[in-house]
Amino acid sequence: MAEHALTPSGESTSALPGLPGVVADWSADKQAFPVPWGKAMMWIFLLSDTFIFTCFLTSYMNVRISTTVPWPNPSEVFSLDIGGAHIPLILIAIMTMVLITSSGTMAMAVNFGYRRHRANTTALMLITAAFGATFVGMQAFEWTKLIREGVRPWGNPLGATQFGSCFFMITGFHGLHVSAGVVYLTVVALRVWRGFYDRKGSYETVEIAGLYWHFVDLVWVFIFAFFYLW
Amino acid sequence: METVAGHAGAEGQQHPIAIYLWIWALLFIFSTFSYLIDYFHLHGYLRWSLIITFMLLKAGFIVAVFMHMAWERLALKFAILIPPLCLLILIGLMAIEGDYTFLTRLTAFLR
Repeated sequence: MAEHALTPSGESTSALPGLPGVVADWSADKQAFPVPWGKAMMWIFLLSDTFIFTCFLTSYMNVRISTTVPWPNPSEVFSLDIGGAHIPLILIAIMTMVLITSSGTMAMAVNFGYRRHRANTTALMLITAAFGATFVGMQAFEWTKLIREGVRPWGNPLGATQFGSCFFMITGFHGLHVSAGVVYLTVVALRVWRGFYDRKGSYETVEIAGLYWHFVDLVWVFIFAFFYLW
Repeated sequence: METVAGHAGAEGQQHPIAIYLWIWALLFIFSTFSYLIDYFHLHGYLRWSLIITFMLLKAGFIVAVFMHMAWERLALKFAILIPPLCLLILIGLMAIEGDYTFLTRLTAFLR
């Protein structure tokens, strides 16, 4: 790989483990991270995205602490009547399971990619994208339901005004990430199928796409805990 | 971990499929427990300690195994995992600020 050719002394220093390894990686006149540049940049992008989502969740926490009006109970707001039974928060639970399933299939896709199983990798990535699309579809259903009940970014009949703006902002931004991920995964999956990465000699792009997808699941873990279970 | 690190070189991350299946199963179990906390209407410190515990376990497993952070070099781990700790300061400050605003509103509205 071209990026590894840039590290003539990399072979000796990257053998050091632990803290001496950190010093060696940063101090030597060479590339600091012995990973493909795409992977390092994806990690740094995800780091910046962490800050964005934390800002959203922190502002949500701030307005929820400071409001004097009761906050709508998410357990009730997101409940559904299925077959006559009233089940609290069931839609969100199903969405969580769908996203975790997709994360699992993505991990398997990355694994098969490194084993050079072209068909398995393509299939698992497309399944992941399909679960992602299902998730976005369920989110569209959730938005429709809440908008029909009169929830707006500037107010709602259930309680504190800030509920609507937080809900649409946080889930909307996360849904946008899932939608972008579905497109991203589909593009990479089709390239895998056409043998692009076999010719390139590396399946690292599949792992990088996987990093993005797992991050989307990771953000949902925090949204689920703080927005829906609070 | 050092023995497994040999597989995470330039050739990419290669690990047994079993470890992914285990983590996958654990994520399902933790999510189910998180949901049951709400379903059985647990409240107070019990609710919050359980929610935070399951959340951190899930996040940790996703980052460590699914995103392969456990097998990366320490330099990359530090570069990615330490900066978000600054956010704890932001969260702490905004929680104090929120409490202050709440109390100010109470005194203003009650007068």
